[in-house]
Amino acid sequence: MTNHGAALTALADPTRRAIFERLARSPSAVGELARELPVSRPAVSQHLKVLKSAGLVTDQAVGTRRVYFEQFWQQSLIRFRAAASQPIQEEK
Amino acid sequence: MTTQLEATSVTTSVEVEAPVEHAFRVFTEGIGSWWNPDHHILEAELAEMVFEPRVGGHIIDRGTDGTECRWARVLAYDPPHRVCFSWDINLRWQLETDPAKASEIEVAFTPDGPARTRVVLTHRHLDRHGDGWEGMRDAVGSGWDLTRYAEVAGQR
Repeated sequence: MTNHGAALTALADPTRRAIFERLARSPSAVGELARELPVSRPAVSQHLKVLKSAGLVTDQAVGTRRVYFEQFWQQSLIRFRAAASQPIQEEK
Repeated sequence: MTTQLEATSVTTSVEVEAPVEHAFRVFTEGIGSWWNPDHHILEAELAEMVFEPRVGGHIIDRGTDGTECRWARVLAYDPPHRVCFSWDINLRWQLETDPAKASEIEVAFTPDGPARTRVVLTHRHLDRHGDGWEGMRDAVGSGWDLTRYAEVAGQR
């Protein structure tokens, strides 16, 4: 299951990339994203649909809300790689 | 970086430009240096993370208000090659107190030359979370390779 093309096309749009990066910071519902970004709620929904079909985000019902997540472990290991690859300052 | 979905587990891997001992230490003791500070289940903001480096230890989130959340039990600690810990978080993203309902994460560190390490993370037994466990699987991993995104995003 790989589709780099769809993922890269989805992220080429600056608004979708902003939504994706915002979700990397914390899971959010559509309304929260629409309030924080200069985008209407229907437009946010449309962008999320594209990100979801590209496999970049997932959603989950939390109570009556639908919350969107950036994929957790990939995001975490990208951050880990950046930290581990920094020059070693000291050896214990 | 690649990710695979099996029935009840998620596997993700990454290559880091560091010796295996360093990669292991950054992942464990240095967890606070790379863990996304927004990913916690405390009421307060996350102040620090502690990884107790022994079997029976915990991964502990400490909030700015002094509260603590022990969301993982260290199940195996074999530096610099392997660490395993529980995921004591339920489907409502609250602390799971029943160990039988916790999934677990194993991380393997394999040297790929003196200054390069392959890190493979497997989050398994996700079905232990009970009805609706697929939601946890979907939240922690999908089948997409974000290596190129990471490279592109890093070039800004």
